[in-house]
Amino acid sequence: MQQTGALRFALMRVVSAVPTLLLVISLAFLMMRAAPGGPFDEERALPAETAANVARAYHLDETLPQQFARYMSGLLRGDLGPSFRYPDYSVSELIGGALPLSLQLGTLAMLLALLLGLAAGISAALVRNTFVDRVLTGLALTGISIPIFVIAPLLVLVFAVELGWLPASWSGSGGQARLLLPVLALALPQVAYITRLTRASMIEVMESDFIRTAKAQGLGMPTIVRSHALKPAMLPLLSYMGPAIAGILTGSVVVEQIFGVPGLGQLFVRGALNRDYTLVLGIVILYAALVIALNLVVDILYGYLDPRIRRR
Amino acid sequence: MSIRAALGQVAARLVRSRLVVATAGILLAIAALAVVGPLLSPHSYLEADFDRRLLAPTLADLHLFGTDDLGRDLFVRCLLGVQVTLVVAIVASVVSLVIGVVYGAIAGYAGGRVDSAMMRLVDTLYALPFIFFVILLMVYFERNFLLIFVAIGAINWLDMARIVRGQTMSLKEREFVEAARLTGVSPGRILFRHITPNLMGVVVVYVTLTVPQAMLVESFLSFLGLGIQEPQTSLGSLVNNGVRQMEQAPWVLLIPASLLALILASFNFLGDGLRDVLDPRSRER
Repeated sequence: MQQTGALRFALMRVVSAVPTLLLVISLAFLMMRAAPGGPFDEERALPAETAANVARAYHLDETLPQQFARYMSGLLRGDLGPSFRYPDYSVSELIGGALPLSLQLGTLAMLLALLLGLAAGISAALVRNTFVDRVLTGLALTGISIPIFVIAPLLVLVFAVELGWLPASWSGSGGQARLLLPVLALALPQVAYITRLTRASMIEVMESDFIRTAKAQGLGMPTIVRSHALKPAMLPLLSYMGPAIAGILTGSVVVEQIFGVPGLGQLFVRGALNRDYTLVLGIVILYAALVIALNLVVDILYGYLDPRIRRR
Repeated sequence: MSIRAALGQVAARLVRSRLVVATAGILLAIAALAVVGPLLSPHSYLEADFDRRLLAPTLADLHLFGTDDLGRDLFVRCLLGVQVTLVVAIVASVVSLVIGVVYGAIAGYAGGRVDSAMMRLVDTLYALPFIFFVILLMVYFERNFLLIFVAIGAINWLDMARIVRGQTMSLKEREFVEAARLTGVSPGRILFRHITPNLMGVVVVYVTLTVPQAMLVESFLSFLGLGIQEPQTSLGSLVNNGVRQMEQAPWVLLIPASLLALILASFNFLGDGLRDVLDPRSRER
């Protein structure tokens, strides 16, 4: 009974994610078509015949429904069309080259954020209203107010320029050490949020009846935290994973820019500054699909762990 | 309790809340400085002096924050950046406020199927990485001020719509609304003359929280070079420029970065404090 409920919930979620994705793709595509001027307008004027050839090569002479159908059918095969600015590459090739590095960076940052945030949040909750707690919550509150494009350069300034401990940019011979600062910069804002969330929910759990019972039974504090409090306290964290994923995606654009990491974020900004329509469109669709898919996973996991949510 | 007495109570609570007074004071001081400072300085934000590049902050010649890589006075440029960032954020917040209040009030008042369809759309939009859509807009269209306002406003209305909807749903059951309905006032008039004015307290609190969000989006775009364009400037573009100079001249980064962080933190604390004062129940969240 419980299993089928969870399964139905999961299926419903998957089905409802499809229209969202379609909405995103059509919106992004239509916005591109609604823009005044074409992608090649800025270059010096081409002879009429050449311009017509270029338009034909990129299918710019077709009608809107034809273009949309062409784009969608390409998308289903994983083909995002040719890049407008790197004529020798397709958008899929460009993305494929940059994606693995960004995935590595994002995953490491998320793991680090969870590790540090959980540790700080739980410790703060256990020593509530002491000096340590105040320092930790103060740091977390400050961290929330400082945008990532300020945190990242500050890290470079301190650890690379002043102290010289870590490489500041990707191009040098840093080896794996060059991953450290970007991952840290990407993780820190999330650490601040996760610390606050964990502290609040841990305090709530520690005041609940079943913990009092456990205490009354004479269990030691480490046992209570490990086997009774930890799991319910982490549940609210799960619903923060969606925003955290979006935050890390957005942050990676900035961080890759600052550290010169040749990942998806940097490709995106370059494409945006060069007005490479198809490249930017492809990356936006990928980002949106990624966010929707990961949110879906979180949702399903949540429904599985907390049956109350399925009734909504 | 008369309205005047209620307002008096709120005012008293506001003054007693040191957090609200302090952060409001800081913000007003920064805003005043941003308006007055450039007028008092002998320099303009455009004037470049190649003999005086990357000067450290000095009293000589009144380069209070030093100069940037083109020899432009950083004090005036930072204050201009504060002006631009604040104006963009406030206008964008007003845009999001109008959209959010109208949308949320209609959904909450209509109820039923209309409401659930409208809120389903909000839920859908919530899941999207909106910042990338704004960048998409910036790529497709010419970058201009107006577009930045609209784009940022268009992403920030979702929270407002949710909050206003909830408030409207509880307000529409109240006696004064029922009385208006019974005397034959039209739904539109009830909504925008009777219900909306009563939402303003909550709305004001949430605007203090949307302003820093809008600031963040604007400076994020400007940082990437997709927002405010030279020779105009904003705190985001100043930070971006500072990153390029930080090895020789760290203050070019540190001054605008701390200004931005200070303003953002003040708004966040102010919003939290205001919420505690005006809406004591939310403290339990």
